[in-house]
Amino acid sequence: MHDAPSAKELIEAVKSFLDKTAMVQLQGHAAFHARVASNALATVLREMEQRPAAEARERERLQALLNSKETDVSLLNRALCEEIRSKRVDLATPGLLTHLKSTTIDQLSVDQPGYSGLRTAAR
Amino acid sequence: MGTVTDIEKALSDWATAHYGAGAAVAGLRRLSGGASQETWAFEVDAGEKSEALILRRAPGGLATPRASEAVTLATEAALLGATDKAGVRVPGVRYVSAPGSTLGEAFIMKRIEGETLGRKILRDAEYETARARLTKDCGEALAGIHSVPLKGLPDLPTSLGRNQIDKYEAVYREFDLPRPVFELAFAWLKENEPEPAEPVLVHGDFRLGNLIVDENGLGAVLDWELAHIGDPREDIAWLCVNSWRFGQTENRVGGFGQLDELLDAYAGAGGARYRPADIDWWEIMGSLKWGVMCMTMYGAFKTGADPSVERAAIGRRVSENEIDLINLFEGLGRHA
Repeated sequence: MHDAPSAKELIEAVKSFLDKTAMVQLQGHAAFHARVASNALATVLREMEQRPAAEARERERLQALLNSKETDVSLLNRALCEEIRSKRVDLATPGLLTHLKSTTIDQLSVDQPGYSGLRTAAR
Repeated sequence: MGTVTDIEKALSDWATAHYGAGAAVAGLRRLSGGASQETWAFEVDAGEKSEALILRRAPGGLATPRASEAVTLATEAALLGATDKAGVRVPGVRYVSAPGSTLGEAFIMKRIEGETLGRKILRDAEYETARARLTKDCGEALAGIHSVPLKGLPDLPTSLGRNQIDKYEAVYREFDLPRPVFELAFAWLKENEPEPAEPVLVHGDFRLGNLIVDENGLGAVLDWELAHIGDPREDIAWLCVNSWRFGQTENRVGGFGQLDELLDAYAGAGGARYRPADIDWWEIMGSLKWGVMCMTMYGAFKTGADPSVERAAIGRRVSENEIDLINLFEGLGRHA
């Protein structure tokens, strides 16, 4: 494996190209898409940095909530969805809303850290 | 039948027939936006009767298969007529053109000056007076829309609360991308569905972006494509969904007003008397609905139907709706 430049450095280089070179030379729809592309790369960079810790916390909470030893987060989420759908778990279930709030705050901190709803949730 | 010259020729013929022999069409230009319909701006110069107008037209003048819930242009024109009669601020319709005619399936309406960009309306100094009046204006407009007699309206789909849960849940299940917050929202909506209200004409997309605002307040209500027969609380709540507050979260009504004031204006103009808590269920429905719509837009990327980066990126906006839903769940007790 070669890691010089690292994946992070490569993404930063592409993002910098989009921001400083491409975007200023493009117009209309293409310029708009260049900005969306740059934002998408920013999301990827945040995800690389934040996801491992966020996912570990999510796993731990899901395991406690479901009383499960499963380690795959997507399988745990499927199981939680099934519990909610079959009404075994609902808004009144202790810990559910707290877990969903923490998970969504972590997810938004990667996806759209500037979103207004995140400020409301933090209050 | 679709080039600018063709349209200009058809409009010139219409203008001389309606305004007299000397009438001329000027400044025909296509406006951006409106993926499912063409929108053109133009002026008719007929001496004293000069007018700024808008042409809404099916792509190429031909009716194409459309989203099942979207109404036809003829229906949209009829709704503008009916709501105009009810005193709602809408652009007056000047002409409806039949499918197969030179202009194709289209209608012409008066052009209302003003701003539609939500961020500008909420922030720019020139809309300060408008912002102070907008909540009342919106309450009155919604009461007007909901008062339109259903008899005499063209055929419209009926969609009440339960229809909407079922419809959006089916779309969500098809993705097979389980999201516990959405799962909780669907379950909660089913458990807590309010008694359906007496069905009324519902605009279906009443929010900043579809309202023309001038310096004095609401200028006109646009975009009737999602109109249906439904629950009046749907329109009131949709205006409150946080996605349309453009960051001004503290103002529950569209980022500019308080719900009490909107509901007072609504009741004062002849609408039913609702309390803020009556709007919660429909606001949760609205946030969930927009979340599922964002998933659908990402779905267009995933299937290759629209491989643009914009469609891909919108999949990462679904968590915005999730936090809105969580904030709404946490607030439920507060609006009693």
